[in-house]
Amino acid sequence: MTLTSETVPVQGAPADALRKALTSQIRPSRPNPLTAVRVSAWRTMRKMKHYGVAVVFDVTLMPIIFLLTFTYLFGGAFAGSTKEYLQYFLPGVLVQTVVMPTVYTGTSLNMDITRGIYDRFRTLPFWQPATIVGNLLGDVVRYVLALTTTMSVGLALGFRPDGGAGGVLAAMLLLLLFAVSVSWIFAALGVVAKAPETVSGTSMLVMFPLVFTSNIFVEPDTMPGWMEAIVDVNPVSAAATAARGLVHGNASGADIGWVLLACGVITVVFAPLTMYLYRAKSRD
Amino acid sequence: MSSQSTLAIETSGLVKNFGETRAVDGVDLAIPQGVVYGVLGPNGAGKTTTIRMLSTLLTPDGGTARVLGHDVVKEAEAVRSRVSLTGQFASIDEDLTATENLTLLARLLGFSRAQAAERSEELLEAFELTDAAGRQSKTFSGGMRRRLDIAASLVITPDLLFLDEPTTGLDPRSRGQVWDSVRAMVALGTTILLTTQYLDEADQLADRIAVIDRGKVIAEGTTGELKSSVGTGALHVRLVKAEARPEASQLLAQALAAPVFQESDPFALSVRTDETERVARALAELARSEIAVSDFAFGRPSLDEVFLALTGHPAEDSTATQEDAA
Ligand SMILES: Nc1ncnc2c1ncn2[C@@H]1O[C@H](COP(=O)(O)OP(=O)(O)OP(=O)(O)O)[C@@H](O)[C@H]1O
Ligand SMILES: [Mg+2]
Repeated sequence: MTLTSETVPVQGAPADALRKALTSQIRPSRPNPLTAVRVSAWRTMRKMKHYGVAVVFDVTLMPIIFLLTFTYLFGGAFAGSTKEYLQYFLPGVLVQTVVMPTVYTGTSLNMDITRGIYDRFRTLPFWQPATIVGNLLGDVVRYVLALTTTMSVGLALGFRPDGGAGGVLAAMLLLLLFAVSVSWIFAALGVVAKAPETVSGTSMLVMFPLVFTSNIFVEPDTMPGWMEAIVDVNPVSAAATAARGLVHGNASGADIGWVLLACGVITVVFAPLTMYLYRAKSRD
Repeated sequence: MSSQSTLAIETSGLVKNFGETRAVDGVDLAIPQGVVYGVLGPNGAGKTTTIRMLSTLLTPDGGTARVLGHDVVKEAEAVRSRVSLTGQFASIDEDLTATENLTLLARLLGFSRAQAAERSEELLEAFELTDAAGRQSKTFSGGMRRRLDIAASLVITPDLLFLDEPTTGLDPRSRGQVWDSVRAMVALGTTILLTTQYLDEADQLADRIAVIDRGKVIAEGTTGELKSSVGTGALHVRLVKAEARPEASQLLAQALAAPVFQESDPFALSVRTDETERVARALAELARSEIAVSDFAFGRPSLDEVFLALTGHPAEDSTATQEDAA
């Protein structure tokens, strides 16, 4: 069995172009970490642009379905009237809107690692965590789009924030911070998981209890004591309470403080852990 | 440019284990600069693992490796700044376009925005991807993807380029394009280490070849040296009927007084021999026994036969034999 294959003769133009490309002697110095982060974020944005409207659709479809069904199905039963319930529920849906897509940070990081581009990145001289931070920053854009969409739907349905535009803005900023912190959890998972499907599968196991055993949907005071205890310590509840307070202009310092504390703890634990795992991975 | 006396690659006793599997089992290489060096081996031989250690993506478990004078473990940064790898599977971002991929890498290497744009354009043109520049690379054909992947390895012209099975799965035209780029690169001073399972590819491109099997280098030299180490000539016979092979085999063995190899093609046989006269008689013998021959050739051994002679088993099934042994 002797393999034969014919070589197509080199044509003039490409051969010249090849020669030109191969004689390039540009050897720039390594980019600083900030540039590396900016470039990585640019990459995330580009990818998002290629996905097109699906990006917003993906992340807002679920919350909007929840918003509509809960408001019109259970709103009356939960709070006396749909209008009343919307006032309570919308800030909760905002939390759901930003928390659910934090999983994407993990899946996209895992895709980078499992689909080859990671090998390329590892041999380049830039500050390696930039790709992770870039992913995260790109995701912020996703969160902003999602928050704005959900909020607009809420307003169209008759939601009226007593805290005014300032309150809404403050709530959104706080939720962005919260989402970025939670993203670190899934980033860590994204680094260790064997496949993107593992990340999304495992994440749902974490995500559903986290979202449902919270005060997003109803006040916990009608729940059994043990459940109420769980709901109370769930950081998602803290985020929902603070968002509700800010939107309606009656947030206490403690409400906000709890969220900031949760963000701090999650970030302090999971950001370094992710970086550590990422670096460890590159040294096998 | 560094002094030519420094070897491009110098390894001694290189070892890598994956659990129970010893993927690379004491590899010694000494590769000069400015050549195309071929690493030839069947599936699972340890080619990729060796290349990944040399390009600093894997840490060796034993032995040492110096690339362009730098230790791959202790001076990984220095190695990385001068080598580039096109892996066996494309390392590009499939969601991005060809231009975006190249621009991204150029920017991460420290190019300014304008420089990055210019460099991308230059590379796209060199690899005939200009027309597809704005398309997401997931829509690319295998050949285009390969070319983009190679282009991505050349954003900064490397002193040493690793190509891991650069033409596997490509059609003859795309394969020819890759070969042309390899020749152009080496002509311009880049050292190239390429792995391949195709014997003719190593034969065509490489100045020197290492044959590896089950993690070990089993032969090393120029193509000519390897071929002559096996003997100068071989007779290939292809029969009309596969059933006639055992009889034909026996006849040839007797007539030529040499072992007969049954090739993976059930119709084919080959015998290593230099004796022209005996060959003529052997063929006459076949005709007399009414064994119909559809095809025969007498010439220098192919690298396939070299491989067979060196390993005692044909190329392609190293992994299978390994599993049988386990
Ligand atoms: N990450 C890994 N984990 C476990 N085993 C591995 C890993 N990578 C390689 N191996 C094993 O090491 C051996 C050598 O593999 P390697 O990929 O280096 O071979 P190769 O010569 O490149 O083969 P191919 O021609 O199929 O690409 C194989 O037995 C393979 O199964
Ligand atoms: Mg391989």
